[in-house]
Amino acid sequence: MARRNFGTQVTALVVDDNALNQKIHQRLLESVGVRNEVVTNGKEAVDIHCHGKRFDLILMDMDMPIMNGIQATKELRSMGIGSMIVGVSSRCPETEIRKFMESGLNDYHEKPLNTAKLNSILHKMNPNFTSNNK
Amino acid sequence: MDVGQMQRQWIDYTKSLFLEGFLDGQFLQLQQLQDENNPDFVVEVVSLFFEDSERLLKDLTFALNQNGVDFKKVDAHVHQLKGSSSSIGAQRVKNACIAFRNFCEEQNTDACLRCLQQVKQEYCLVKNKLETLFGLEQQIVAAGGSIPTELSFSG
Repeated sequence: MARRNFGTQVTALVVDDNALNQKIHQRLLESVGVRNEVVTNGKEAVDIHCHGKRFDLILMDMDMPIMNGIQATKELRSMGIGSMIVGVSSRCPETEIRKFMESGLNDYHEKPLNTAKLNSILHKMNPNFTSNNK
Repeated sequence: MDVGQMQRQWIDYTKSLFLEGFLDGQFLQLQQLQDENNPDFVVEVVSLFFEDSERLLKDLTFALNQNGVDFKKVDAHVHQLKGSSSSIGAQRVKNACIAFRNFCEEQNTDACLRCLQQVKQEYCLVKNKLETLFGLEQQIVAAGGSIPTELSFSG
């Protein structure tokens, strides 16, 4: 039986206040067939869920204005959101990464995100995932 | 110059940017994300990097010229610039930012000012290099050719 490209079955939310990172993350997701939306801070991420939207995958930046990634992740988990939430940040200290993970992340990757890191995230979501990417 | 010569010139110039450390593998990643449906992806991303960088360098210059330097603010700006440069593969700018952050931690104003000059210099260099690269790409496309998709670093 041919393996289907899992990416096309996944929806994602990019949560990042930086236009450059938004663009790269969106394009990366599109390249594996993942339909996605963007919000610019943690509060917008919470609000979009309050309006009933759901996503299989959330790429969550740490440092954002209004509501940061740690607070947003805690709020989403307290709302019962069971999506795969992956922290994506350029913060290095172990203590900060641990704090981010403890807020409810399923995984963490240091920026910049690339095809290999995205494939590992999708593989974690579905071990049968294959990518047709170059 | 025919299209073939222009394409070879583009390949050689791109290789030199990697060999001289201006760009790293993240830039290759961006090139791989560019396709016929997203033909201007790299230019668009790099343009955002230029906008981010110029704003941050301006903010850094202002912050470091205050009587009481707020090193937390300076560090936050450098951190953002390091992030942006890392996202497009501007390796030398990223490395200059790493050194800069060390001096922010030490709260050494003079060293930070020197680092700022270094970061500005590296930014100007990579900006010129990338603008030259994009100029070569425009010439190739205008002549009816396409941008090479494979760079071989062997031999």
